[in-house]
Amino acid sequence: MRLTPKRHEVPESTWRAGGARALLPRLVMPLMVPLLTAGCGDADQYPMSTLNPHSDFAEIIHSLYVSIFWWTMLILAVVWVLVAVVVVRFRRKSDDEQPKQIRGHLGLEIGWTVGPALIVVAITIPTIQAVFETQRPVADDALLVEVTGHQFWWEFHYPEQGVTTANELRLPVDRPVSLRLESNDVIHSFWVPLLGGKRDVNPEPAVREGREPGANWLHFTPQETGVYRGQCAEFCGDSHALMAMRVVVDDESGFDGWIERWHASAGAAVPDPVNGEDGSAGDGEVQVTAAENGAPSPVASSTQVPTEEDPQVTVGRELFLNSTCTACHGIQGTPAQGAIAPNLTLFGERATVGAGTLENNEENVVRWIMHPQLIKPGVLMPGVDTPGGNWPATGFSEDEVRAIAAYLLSLK
Amino acid sequence: MSSVGTDTPAVQHTSHEEDTGLWSWITTVDHKRIAIMYFATATAFFFVGGMEALLIRIQLMNPEQSIISPELYNQLFTMHGTTMIFLVAMPMAVAFFNYVVPLQIGARDVAFPRLNALSYWIFLFGGVYMTLPILFGVAPNAAWTGYATLTLPQFNPGVNVDFWFIGLSIVGIASLAGGVNFITTIINMRAPGMKMMRMPLFTWMTFVTSFLLITAIPVIAVAMVFLGFDRVFATTFFNPDMGGDPVLWQHLFWIFGHPEVYILILPAFGVISDVIPTFSKKPLFGYPIVVYAGVLIGFIGWGVWSHHMFTVGLGPIADSFFVAATMIIAIPTGVKIFNWIATMWGGSIQFTTAMLFAVGLVVIFTVGGLSGIMHASAPVDLQQHDTYFVVAHFHYVIVGGAMMGLWSGLYYWFPKVSGRFLSETLGKWHFWTTMIGLNLTFFPMHFSGLFGMPRRIFTYSADLNVDIYNQLSTVGAFIFGLSALIMTWNIIRSWRGGEPASANPWGAPHLEWSIPSPPHHYNFPAIPTIRSREPLWNASEREEVLAATMQELDEEPVMPNPSYWPVLLAAAITLAWALVMTGIWWVILLGTLPVLLCVFKWAFEPPFPEGH
Repeated sequence: MRLTPKRHEVPESTWRAGGARALLPRLVMPLMVPLLTAGCGDADQYPMSTLNPHSDFAEIIHSLYVSIFWWTMLILAVVWVLVAVVVVRFRRKSDDEQPKQIRGHLGLEIGWTVGPALIVVAITIPTIQAVFETQRPVADDALLVEVTGHQFWWEFHYPEQGVTTANELRLPVDRPVSLRLESNDVIHSFWVPLLGGKRDVNPEPAVREGREPGANWLHFTPQETGVYRGQCAEFCGDSHALMAMRVVVDDESGFDGWIERWHASAGAAVPDPVNGEDGSAGDGEVQVTAAENGAPSPVASSTQVPTEEDPQVTVGRELFLNSTCTACHGIQGTPAQGAIAPNLTLFGERATVGAGTLENNEENVVRWIMHPQLIKPGVLMPGVDTPGGNWPATGFSEDEVRAIAAYLLSLK
Repeated sequence: MSSVGTDTPAVQHTSHEEDTGLWSWITTVDHKRIAIMYFATATAFFFVGGMEALLIRIQLMNPEQSIISPELYNQLFTMHGTTMIFLVAMPMAVAFFNYVVPLQIGARDVAFPRLNALSYWIFLFGGVYMTLPILFGVAPNAAWTGYATLTLPQFNPGVNVDFWFIGLSIVGIASLAGGVNFITTIINMRAPGMKMMRMPLFTWMTFVTSFLLITAIPVIAVAMVFLGFDRVFATTFFNPDMGGDPVLWQHLFWIFGHPEVYILILPAFGVISDVIPTFSKKPLFGYPIVVYAGVLIGFIGWGVWSHHMFTVGLGPIADSFFVAATMIIAIPTGVKIFNWIATMWGGSIQFTTAMLFAVGLVVIFTVGGLSGIMHASAPVDLQQHDTYFVVAHFHYVIVGGAMMGLWSGLYYWFPKVSGRFLSETLGKWHFWTTMIGLNLTFFPMHFSGLFGMPRRIFTYSADLNVDIYNQLSTVGAFIFGLSALIMTWNIIRSWRGGEPASANPWGAPHLEWSIPSPPHHYNFPAIPTIRSREPLWNASEREEVLAATMQELDEEPVMPNPSYWPVLLAAAITLAWALVMTGIWWVILLGTLPVLLCVFKWAFEPPFPEGH
């Protein structure tokens, strides 16, 4: 099982030559890098390193970590040197030795109480500063994204842009971001190490009237474009290990372009019979669409219908839009408006399928649609011959699945 | 070994009056036999938890392996944690409490011998009840912390979590009863002249630990009852959809869970505070400071629980408070380390296996303590929490601290228990394979954690580039497993075949070394009077003490009757709890009848032979 085949788009570092996979560098470098702590590693080598900050939030944590690291090394050195001296110097030479019976020394006791206490204060003060610094919004005009944790995938909703996507969070570089975190089922934890620390994604308790619901927040500003890996960090059930995500940090225009493509996407490509508001499934209260949030209507988009379309895509679209798929999955601009499973708009642009589990290519999408539970135990999606959650098996043939995969991958 | 401390003659003790059959063990109320049963059972569970660990390490040896299914893996890591903490580290410490404390304070048994037996049998039955389900693939599967809402029936409909909350509820009774027993024993049954500030450090730490037990266990008991009601009777304590709060579980769990950490480590601190002076031929440096530091740790241990919850989103003010409290608790711990080093300084250190493990604790525990300082800093913890860095940290603390301390105690007190030494050659093999195994297993985990490997995952992506660390960990785990086999072989071999030991083979200062090895079943022929902290190190006091403790009695002291009610009551309690799984209220009520019957019969059973 290949989990995450797609390499980072962060530029390859220059010093890591092709032959660097030799045993010695592989052993030595990983040990040296964290020991030296500063400026370590490129994102390509350790895509989830906690020592390689790419946001202001991660930066604050990292500099705090480095200072504490050296304090602890100092204490460790003192203790170990003392033990080494004791072990060597005071080893018993003869059984008749009668060492001086010393019961204590007030000055020493005060010394090794006050000394560590001072170090502890030196650690605590910057820590508390950082606690407050990292828990307030970066800016008033921050980009707001509502993150919803599901077993075992991530939903990202941009209320101001009217965009909903899954498992691949897109952010503009250098713009402050505020993530509002909420879980739909059990506790998850949102964690993208290069962009900062983790924060639990809690199911929100029902609130009494007049009280604010207390969601968790993460505030940070990504400082470099690239693709960053994240993963759920709070054990959330069978496939907790497979609840990963990507964060694509793009420049301003790239991000805006993606928002535009999202609104304009597949919907316009859908042939007339199934276009418009007469969609059959899932257009009730569960919709999370642009219209709801006052964004421009996507239907009138100017995107051109591709003149020549792969016939398989056409077949796949028919199959998808007329199946139970649409009860859970939404695709912008189509009657498929399900909102309880990942929104598949612009699916073809995503790097992975199954929340970072598999590379997003035809073979893997087919595998996924055929037998999702084999790839990801506990997933609620039904397979072709196995029910999932409350849903019966889809009963698609492999050819039909191939057509659906082709359709989904055409969503760009 | 016998060359040391031959100041007291070896006494050939024959237990002519004692029955040794199986029934005598089942009905025993002798604290020494209960201790041996505790130790043997905890060691058996150590192998169970160890096998679980090895399976985990096999699955994680390489990225993207699928040797073990995710469902089974989640059960394995849940039970590994649950087993090692509740069925190994805690009861193994209790084994030492049981054997050593009455002997150290000059008592003939604990205050409530039958209650003591009940503790053991409840621990055994509860432990077996929790352990068996893994064989059928229905073991608890929501991590040893069992965070709601994952434990609620809507997300975990099987019986897995039922085994967990019921099993821990049962085992908790044992700890609670044990805590009450040792507090009462230590307060009331000390030999004349043994003031509190003359007690050996191990007894002191037992005392502090017992207070932690009777205060912390009720909190987890409440949490378990809430969870049980949520699961069985559909209440909504932790169900957010119905106004419950899953974070409440985390508070309850960690209000218990952090004192629990000190329940694990303080006994080990106690052991090495006795071992280091003995093998340095010097009294403990700064005795009152070490005592107060232990007491202080016990108190502050109650105010740090939310450092397990820095990612929960409690807000900056709560986070800052718990940062400060956690930093403060590091100070008394550091003070202890320096006092141990000062005890050795200028001493005449003999590196027996017991002493090696004690020094090993000072060296290795410090690493775990310092990585603890790193994630005591809340922002840093936001990166390290729930990664392998934390896994490395608490294994350094629990294995490198708690377990190393207990193994030190094993080599130290084994001659007292069996009248024979453990093999020092095998002991040194045990020590060095432990040192290599534990460092090779857990040190690389710091790196896999810093490079972003979360804990509680059944597999990880090859792209994380943490294969090498996981491979080292797996190799280390097997070496560590080997060390456990060496230890067990040493115990089995030395139990009958070891070199005979005298009453005080190490030349140690405390009262347990004033009586024959192994002791009479009544411990002390006459209770000695104590005049100092090291009664056997003062020539005049030693003679007085030995006159009392080594005398031959014409008539043995009256000891409590054996009783089969503890084992029956323990079985009844286990059954009553197990019936909670049915969810039928009248079955559950009926299940309490055998418990009431046993309590009634117990209450009217004469504790002492007729006429006493």
